[in-house]
Amino acid sequence: MCGIVGLFLKDSALEPQLGELLTAMLITMTDRGPDSAGIAIYGDETPGQMKLTVQSDTPETTFAGLDAALGKAMGTSVAMSVKSTHAVLTIPAGTLSSARAALAEIDRGIRIMSRGETLEIYKEVGLPKDVAARFDIARMSGTHGIGHTRMATESAVTTMGAHPFNTGDDQCLVHNGSLSNHNSLRRKLRREGIHIETENDTEVGAAYLTWQMQNGATLGEALQSSLDDLDGFFTFVVGTKDGFGVVRDPIACKPAVMAETDQYVAFGSEYRALVDLPGIENARVWEPEPATVYFWSHDKAPTSKKAA
Amino acid sequence: MQTIDLTEIGLRETNKTLHAQSADTNQTAWEIVNPRGSHAIACGLDAPIEVTVKGSTGYYCAGMNQQATVNIHGSAGPGTGENIMSGKIVIEGDASQYLGATGHGGLIVVKGNASSRCGISMKGVNIVVQGSVGHMSAFMGQSGNLVVCGDAGDALGDSCYEARFFVRGTVKSLGADCEKKEMRPEHIDILKGLLDEAGIDADPSEFTRYGSARNLYNFDVDNAGAY
Repeated sequence: MCGIVGLFLKDSALEPQLGELLTAMLITMTDRGPDSAGIAIYGDETPGQMKLTVQSDTPETTFAGLDAALGKAMGTSVAMSVKSTHAVLTIPAGTLSSARAALAEIDRGIRIMSRGETLEIYKEVGLPKDVAARFDIARMSGTHGIGHTRMATESAVTTMGAHPFNTGDDQCLVHNGSLSNHNSLRRKLRREGIHIETENDTEVGAAYLTWQMQNGATLGEALQSSLDDLDGFFTFVVGTKDGFGVVRDPIACKPAVMAETDQYVAFGSEYRALVDLPGIENARVWEPEPATVYFWSHDKAPTSKKAA
Repeated sequence: MQTIDLTEIGLRETNKTLHAQSADTNQTAWEIVNPRGSHAIACGLDAPIEVTVKGSTGYYCAGMNQQATVNIHGSAGPGTGENIMSGKIVIEGDASQYLGATGHGGLIVVKGNASSRCGISMKGVNIVVQGSVGHMSAFMGQSGNLVVCGDAGDALGDSCYEARFFVRGTVKSLGADCEKKEMRPEHIDILKGLLDEAGIDADPSEFTRYGSARNLYNFDVDNAGAY
């Protein structure tokens, strides 16, 4: 199973409520996946800076003095905000590779959850309500966000196996379904030099999109080609800095419901996840078509493209 | 009219109350408020009662229905009316995937569209959709009628047996062993009866009939490629 929720705000007046609305949506989906939960929030941006969200199972010791140590190693100043097992490190834009190298050098077993100008990803093993409370997601504001609650099938229940997966700067992916060709695709992508950490099938899906985009594809094109290259069941929801997209495999067994009003576009694995959204009784509610890439963006008009 | 607030008494209590109605109950009209997309609302009913759900429902609403009429004033989730035996289900909005799967009898009416696999493995149920249906509808349909006033998606009636399909609009593609058939007077009569029963105003002569070409009934080595 697994549950997915997504909320893309058109009306900035709702931005302070983004975390609260997404948390309620995610908790409703608990019985679709109680193993782990995660949420990606697109929030504030500081010009000239980027955010690196990192995780540690021993945050008290690992994060102690990390900002100073990292700043010293990079020769710059680093701000840090710790939330439970995660910390958001704010570093100068364009210093990602030096930050990665410095973190490896510092060698405290830190895992990178996400990178980007506005994206922060929080995910852990446990029930959605506990995960959301641990990171105080309900108090976060933002322009859009996606969440996932996992019922593990293809790999172990771990923090790194939780969704969303970060696929590139300000990009993330959540998945309901299972990929059946992930082993061969993982080998292929590793040969292409793509870093894949776990034996998880969705991470391969995320890495596939990263690889496509590194080779010049747009996110829309990468999603389109995923319909040909990924074998298995999937409903994907992807987030980017300015919007979010949805694609379902051609068989479309995995459920998906969308709702749109003047204020937002919302995604839920089930309608249940959407019932408390403001104005839902008058929203346009529909099921996204199979093998069709939908995309909503703050910068551009919405699109939907059916695979040939 | 008896009103049940689903959020107040919960699903089990709601269904238990409806199941307690006997064939000669005088409480024949029920209304369920605050369904909030919940699963399995009004499942397993077996009494001549009419239940109206005021809002959208989740998985398996009115599954295994016998005798009862269930109205859904909203859209319906996956597997609505699964294995319906008799009675009637009317959905004012859209229906999600595998509507009326394996249904043996009764009537399901959808005022909006139905999604993929509508009427999969139907065994005698009649389904009338005012809008369109998705891909793989009536897959392995064995008996009963599927009426589509709009269009049908890919692979309509794949591997079907003796179910009949009437489509007014276009069919994106026909499934294996499904073919277009002649619309004879008896089929016009069947279709007219179903449209009347569903309360849908459409001219039966505008529909095309599809059904089994009966080539896959028995194994034939020349058909191996079609399996």
